[in-house]
Amino acid sequence: MATHEIELKALMLASLDGDAASHRTLLDRLSRRLRAYYKGKLAGIGRDATEAEDLVQEAVLAIHIKRHTYDPAEPLTPWVHAIARYKLIDFLRRTRASFADVPIEEADTIMAHDDNVDTESTYDVKRLMERLPKNMRCAIEAVKLDGQSITEAAQRCGISEAGVKVNIHRGLKALAALIARETRT
Amino acid sequence: MKTDDLVAALSANIEPVNRRLVSRTVYIALAAGTVVALGIMLAGLGVRSDLMTVRALMFLVLKLGFTIGIVGVASVYLTRLARPGGERRTSSISAAVPFAAIVLLAAISLGLAPSSHWDKMVMGDQWLECLLSIPVIAIVPFAVIVAAVRRAAPTNLVRTGAVAGLIAGGVSAMAYALHCTDDSLPFVAVWYGGTIVLCTLAGAALGPRLLRW
Repeated sequence: MATHEIELKALMLASLDGDAASHRTLLDRLSRRLRAYYKGKLAGIGRDATEAEDLVQEAVLAIHIKRHTYDPAEPLTPWVHAIARYKLIDFLRRTRASFADVPIEEADTIMAHDDNVDTESTYDVKRLMERLPKNMRCAIEAVKLDGQSITEAAQRCGISEAGVKVNIHRGLKALAALIARETRT
Repeated sequence: MKTDDLVAALSANIEPVNRRLVSRTVYIALAAGTVVALGIMLAGLGVRSDLMTVRALMFLVLKLGFTIGIVGVASVYLTRLARPGGERRTSSISAAVPFAAIVLLAAISLGLAPSSHWDKMVMGDQWLECLLSIPVIAIVPFAVIVAAVRRAAPTNLVRTGAVAGLIAGGVSAMAYALHCTDDSLPFVAVWYGGTIVLCTLAGAALGPRLLRW
């Protein structure tokens, strides 16, 4: 457990400094733990475990968008756990299920298991992206999906480099909101 | 979409992150809220005319001490609550200290005065104005603080909303103190303390709706 915390925290600190490889490894490892966590939680309250993948992606997106709220003076595990639990309760509330049954567990349980069976989520992000405003969509497609640099994206979308960054940030937030709405049954 | 693809997409071209962003945003909002509250007080009510007398200054210092104490403690608390899991590392008891202090002082002051004065000491001249002004002036600072907290990620929305309301009420009472001519400790305890608690309750009620992310 302690090894996980140390390794993941090191990855998080590197990712906060802008290291893309660390960021990717971090999200990848966290997504496996989140999958095990959500499958266990959903099964525990008698819900369909296939919904777990939507939750994993919501939580991964939240971890990415809200990574500036991590305080490096604190351990990483409770921070991840708080986000995972918040997204679970929010999801259950949205889908009109009881959330009173979500037991308050130790923060460590989030790091307890790995699950790398990657399945498809129930929504299609590419389709949701079509609902974003043009500049947001263009910036995210260029930088996040096609892997272009900020400068290239600025030329492709016809906006400034600062505009690309702002549009990616706002676009990801809008996308997270769309995913949340989409998974509401 | 596969989670792997999402992870890959999110990791492309990431930017370094400013680690002080949360507290900086909260403190900027606090400063902006204070300026707005002072502006509303100046435009709508005006500073008390006898401000330069010793007695007025003494009570102004006392009122400011009470309200700044609240705002100071609550702001530090809010910068923690704004982060996921922050509610687990903080206890809200410290926020009650300024209230306990003013109630104690008010009780002592009542105890030293003849009971025939109590009514006047508690009700003052302008209790209704105080009761209305503090929550009204608090609205804009509350909105500014909520906007700042929305950029972070609170996971206990009731408590975070309550603390946002507490700060807004404190900032508002701070501005109102420059206008208010009711100089008695029981008045400050009941009408300042009471309206700030009212703002806190309103914040707690609005928190889950306004702060969801």
